[in-house]
Amino acid sequence: MSIDVSQFHDVFFEESFEGLDAMESGLLNLSIGTADVEAINTIFRAAHSIKGGAGTFGFMNVSEFTHVMETLLDEMRNGVRDVTSESTNLLLDAVDVLREMLTAVQQKSDTDDERIENVRMKLESMLNESAQAVSEQADVGEAVEPELSGDDGQIGWTIEFKPHSHLLQTGNDPVRMFHELELMGDLSVVCHAAKLPAFSDIEPEDCYLSWTLTLEGDESKDAIMEVFEWVDDDCDISIEPLYSNEPLVEQQLEQKQAIEPEAARPSELVENDTAEPEPVVMQDNKVVQANAPTVAKASTQPATASIRVGTDKIDSLINLVGELVITQSMLSQIGDNFSEEMLPQLIDGLAQLERNTREMQEGIMRIRMLPISFAFNRFPRLVHDMTDKMGKKVELKLSGEQTELDKTVMEKIGDPLVHLVRNSLDHGLERPEVRRAAGKNETGLLHLNAFHQGGNIIIEITDDGAGLNDEKILNKARERGLVAPNEELSAEKIHELIFLPGFSTADTVTDVSGRGVGMDVVRKNITSLGGSVDVVSKQGQGSTFTIRLPLTLAIMDGQTIRVADQNYILPLISISESLEIKNSDIKRVSGKGELYPLRNEYVPVIRVYELFGLKPQTTDLEEGLLVVVDGAGGNKVGLFVDDLLGQQQVVIKSLETNYRKVVGISGATILGDGTVALILDVSGLVSLYKDPSLAKLMVVDERVA
Amino acid sequence: MSELQQVNQPLESLEGVDVDGDQYLSFILGDEEYGVEILRVQEIKGWDNVTPIPNSPEYLCGVLNLRGTIVPVVDLRKRFEMPLKPYTPTTVVIVLKVEGVTMRTVGVIVDAVSDAHNVTEDNIHPTPEFGTHVDTRYIKGLVPIGANMMMLLNIDQLLSVEALG
Amino acid sequence: MAKILAVDDSASMRQMVAFTLKGAGHSVTDAVDGKNALDIAKTQSFDLVLTDVNMPNMDGITLTKELRSLPAYRFTPILVLTTEAGMDKKQEGRAAGATGWLVKPFNPEQLLATVRKVLG
Repeated sequence: MSIDVSQFHDVFFEESFEGLDAMESGLLNLSIGTADVEAINTIFRAAHSIKGGAGTFGFMNVSEFTHVMETLLDEMRNGVRDVTSESTNLLLDAVDVLREMLTAVQQKSDTDDERIENVRMKLESMLNESAQAVSEQADVGEAVEPELSGDDGQIGWTIEFKPHSHLLQTGNDPVRMFHELELMGDLSVVCHAAKLPAFSDIEPEDCYLSWTLTLEGDESKDAIMEVFEWVDDDCDISIEPLYSNEPLVEQQLEQKQAIEPEAARPSELVENDTAEPEPVVMQDNKVVQANAPTVAKASTQPATASIRVGTDKIDSLINLVGELVITQSMLSQIGDNFSEEMLPQLIDGLAQLERNTREMQEGIMRIRMLPISFAFNRFPRLVHDMTDKMGKKVELKLSGEQTELDKTVMEKIGDPLVHLVRNSLDHGLERPEVRRAAGKNETGLLHLNAFHQGGNIIIEITDDGAGLNDEKILNKARERGLVAPNEELSAEKIHELIFLPGFSTADTVTDVSGRGVGMDVVRKNITSLGGSVDVVSKQGQGSTFTIRLPLTLAIMDGQTIRVADQNYILPLISISESLEIKNSDIKRVSGKGELYPLRNEYVPVIRVYELFGLKPQTTDLEEGLLVVVDGAGGNKVGLFVDDLLGQQQVVIKSLETNYRKVVGISGATILGDGTVALILDVSGLVSLYKDPSLAKLMVVDERVA
Repeated sequence: MSELQQVNQPLESLEGVDVDGDQYLSFILGDEEYGVEILRVQEIKGWDNVTPIPNSPEYLCGVLNLRGTIVPVVDLRKRFEMPLKPYTPTTVVIVLKVEGVTMRTVGVIVDAVSDAHNVTEDNIHPTPEFGTHVDTRYIKGLVPIGANMMMLLNIDQLLSVEALG
Repeated sequence: MAKILAVDDSASMRQMVAFTLKGAGHSVTDAVDGKNALDIAKTQSFDLVLTDVNMPNMDGITLTKELRSLPAYRFTPILVLTTEAGMDKKQEGRAAGATGWLVKPFNPEQLLATVRKVLG
């Protein structure tokens, strides 16, 4: 029987990468000097699983490499080795190498053998000091019992087997072992029942019997020992050569040298000082080796993305399906003999169906939700490495890591987050001496926080660094002609400038954040996810970047609005209120358009039909409605629409798949009647309102991009 | 000898079909006939209302729902600046697969679908610089069909992201 | 065939073990760690328990001890799947009452051979 183990590769890679992440974060949290056994154990366990899996699935180089790491970790765990920053950093390097090796195996690509060798050598030289003791032990182990070939008249073996009384309680069964011996040659068994007590004294769970077995054949002693391998501590056993002319002796069963030093140990001890994969007890290393090429060949398909789902989520889906089935059968019963009196039941049934469908949908969406720790996990390492390089001291604080987010959003938010964190480390947080001079704690604080708010997820990146330098930003903006020389701006407006294309205030392009990517790209990426990013900063005290994201990209609550003869969907989340307004309330400001006074602020009135070039059914503000929405940067704007229609959940479809991005439109959805409705993008509408030429310009922009 | 040749001839021309020939779907626009590679035709569907896209060129009628994906639809009469005429029962949307940076699906509205033709490379005549409604960049060549000419469209150019504006 | 409880914190090992054993006609129940296994073992009975050693929450050695203390598992074969170098874990496993062990890495054929050995 041959089983293709390559079908388990994807799962193995997935859990191995998770294991590497766990090792990495464990190593980063390891305090130098004292060995926190539980912490090291977690790291050890991850390495251990990777090694075991890699061996099983035939990735011998991975398994061998991990073995060396594991040995080092084992020494730390046992307190034989101190946790030093040197060993921690080396293990972090090794984690990187291992990640590369696994990626290479997964993608069938090449590895940087030099680097692997380099790290392996370092690991081994670190291990070296203690290796001596181990190899001495190994010498003992190498004293292997000479194999008997049978040409000296030996025809087999005599085995004296005296189980200790508790043998049966280990789940081992002597008869099972005898069956195994039987397969090796001619077996005869003599049972000794002398120790059997009087019936009344018998403990049924104890073993009182012993046996003398003769096995004729040319099996080696090791092979026989293997049969007894599991019980060699739970019995007295001796195995003596049997010669052709020697009568079967009823021997005086005094225990001979037990087998330990001879047979069972060598294989185990030898592996302690080499990086060889562990020999398989069931013998036959050849089987493993022969399997390896098949395994490698079998997995040429590209890895498919998979997601790990908690069983509780699946269980709740199964319950929901159950409810759906009940509703369905109820409805079909109504349908079978429908009469008018049953109308109320039908309506109830349909309402129930709607509820089931919605719950089902939510349940399925939940499957795609992952804790944001998946995105946060890389930061301890990133901060560790960067601060090391820059000579800064930074404490990273993560909170709200269990906040859940759609997998697709998670994948796309990674890069912008890295950019913002790099930005804080590079430009925000100061060097220790600068901080000291400013009367701050030498160690800067970088805080990543995630939480839910309404239907959104908020991610905050806060540092207690220098904050944005208003003057420098303003000068730069003037230099670039983005701000008129004599125009004065509020601090908020100045901070907004950093999100403009091509704006970077870094004095020199640093290795760290000067990668040709600006805050404009960060904002663009986040906006394309239907989110927003803003900054609040106070010079000398630090900055907070706030990212607001939809929980999922697939579904949202929509408000249908009518503009001219078209229906659009407006994200419900963006609407703060809708009002009927009087023309007399409107203030007209030259160059700034129409403003509506809402409590203590003036809200710009955006006539959507104008932006979209539609033929209006009315231009009179009193005949339509003003829908107040949150525009970019927390500013409110009022959208003038003809009417508000229903609210519904809509499934978001991309316009870009077959067309392109359209300013003011974030996507489309398909309505119940099969027609398409466009979904409005509020921040896009605001941009379009501020600069109507964007409607045409964006096309050019996209082409360049 | 002559018998042999006679037997061979149809064989050769059959091979010619397999090796050189491409199947083209022809359609009518006004009194002109156009052709697109049949392998690029995803489906042909009756004219249905589309949802207009704001601030898009006039020839982009809008988007429609093709089994859950959003597909832009181009009115070729408008695209080629031909006189407009009301849609009739024969008006159809030909859904095409367009190659570019990514493979996209785009619908074109035409007066009617005409026929399928096999076209071999040496049947294709170069496009004259004038005399058609259509920018010659979008024409791969002309193929005589009886007394008429079929213009082979380069849909990857004609319906590229940029051209859809 | 036999009812087997397979305990491993690694999903790929769990899948491989379950697939192999099911292929040989056994019925297999999964557990992700010792604690999980113990909970399951208390509610149903098994002909054989296969357990990893190094697991979070409860390791395989402790699981073996706990199982042996349950009357229903006094004689049930318990096999320890271990990558541990040296005799330590094997001795520990044995002291805890394990029937035997299988050293990782093993392939499906080896697993089946070992299971056959215990189940006879």
